[in-house]
Amino acid sequence: MVWIRNKWRLLVTHGGALLPLAVLLFDWYMGNLTANPIRAATLRTGKSALVLLVLLLACTPLNTFLGLSWVLPLRKWLGIYTAFYAGIHFAIFAGLDYGFDLVLLRDAIFEKRYAIAGFASGIILLVLAITSTQGWKKRLGNRWKQLHRLVYLAASLAVVHYVWLAKSNLGEPLLYGVIVVLLLVLRIPHISRLGRRLRLSLSKKYNLPA
Amino acid sequence: MKTRNSEITPEYLYLSRREFLKSVGMLTAGSLLVSACRSEDIPSKEPEVKASLTPQTVSSTDELGDPLNSYEDISNYNNYYEFSTDKTSVAGLAQDFIISPWTVAVGGLVHYPKTYDLDDLMKFAQEERIYRLRCVEGWSMVIPWTGFPLAALLKEVEPTSDAKYVLLETIYDPEQMPGQNSSWYQWPYVEGLRLDEAMHDLTILAIGLYGKPLLPQSGAPVRLVVPWKYGFKNIKSIVKIDLIAEQPTSLWMAATPHEYGFYANVNPEVPHPRWSQATERRIGELSRRPTLLFNGYEEEVAALYEGMNLSVNF
Repeated sequence: MVWIRNKWRLLVTHGGALLPLAVLLFDWYMGNLTANPIRAATLRTGKSALVLLVLLLACTPLNTFLGLSWVLPLRKWLGIYTAFYAGIHFAIFAGLDYGFDLVLLRDAIFEKRYAIAGFASGIILLVLAITSTQGWKKRLGNRWKQLHRLVYLAASLAVVHYVWLAKSNLGEPLLYGVIVVLLLVLRIPHISRLGRRLRLSLSKKYNLPA
Repeated sequence: MKTRNSEITPEYLYLSRREFLKSVGMLTAGSLLVSACRSEDIPSKEPEVKASLTPQTVSSTDELGDPLNSYEDISNYNNYYEFSTDKTSVAGLAQDFIISPWTVAVGGLVHYPKTYDLDDLMKFAQEERIYRLRCVEGWSMVIPWTGFPLAALLKEVEPTSDAKYVLLETIYDPEQMPGQNSSWYQWPYVEGLRLDEAMHDLTILAIGLYGKPLLPQSGAPVRLVVPWKYGFKNIKSIVKIDLIAEQPTSLWMAATPHEYGFYANVNPEVPHPRWSQATERRIGELSRRPTLLFNGYEEEVAALYEGMNLSVNF
């Protein structure tokens, strides 16, 4: 019970992160994935990765501005799940959609800018997921933090990937773009220092735990 | 082209026009009233034939031997931005779309402008045409349409010698079509063809699918089908056809001119600026198949574009 009390947030994170995959498999099995299931599965896994990535990026500002320090340990798993869905997304694209046809894949990936952006984003996410362990953290020392700042590059590339794929109705892709930019702005040292100071002075004034 | 023309008249052409309107009217509350009124006015001498619910068609493949897509898939996977940009939401949102009464105003540079109602359109000799439909997004279907060559209608109104292009327009009715409230596009949907493309025998106005009246999500009551062009050329729910002298600007050309040109001929060698057109997924199949030049109708239509640079005139 103590274990559950300590770990429930992490359990919710695991459950929530795996839910889209469960729903996807269920819908696939039930034939609920439209007449074009491969496309639907590609879109859904891409969307899942993007949503997880946005949640991951929101963690640090949530701590800075609202003092929700419990979100910080969740970042690791949110990052791993983001890479996980990006991996499935790519596997469906390369395996199911293009049947691992290397010539077609080469053309599809390297001749089209949307695919280059998505591919680059996926590679970054993969590297960050692999190096998210304590072992790598120790091994890389100060450079670990620098490396993991690349998550913002990965997020920007993911949004660009989405925008470039949209036929013309850019509403939703641009919404994700605005959110990512906003979360990046909150990381600017000036602004995050301001946020931290504001939070601390408020918590002192109202005698809240910092 | 062994299966293009029907040897068997689709089921609903056996029906009297009154019966057809009735079955069309079943789709909409408003039109039910209309057809009910008509049945009181005009006593029927024709035998009563009930429309069967089973889709009927004369062949189960296109002329290349590829199977038809199911009525279910064709009717539930629709690009019809007037209703929704989500292909699976269109059928539900379109189900109450009122398609009777309906008129198509044909005018512009013609000798005999005329406004056609559905009855008039039914009078053209109807045929079944099994066509491949290739969407610009990279998927395709094989669909058994019922309709008549656009040329038959154009010959009736007689284009003048100044007429060089045909402009077609979808109904503008944002109350029924929520997507038309979106400001991403300049509504109503318009499309155009060169006059010789419009007069080509493959170009049809379709009013049926699988031997049944078109459903709203498929462009009821009348839509264009030009099988060698990308799907978006096949304008739906047409209310206006104008013969004009200058090349018209379609909705997609206006939206993103560098991506969508006037011709929009299916061509594996000319990629969309952002994705390849070399392959496509046939709905219902797992692996991709190569896309054919002019969607496999090269023999019939290549002459229309002789000497033209298809990369420039995309």
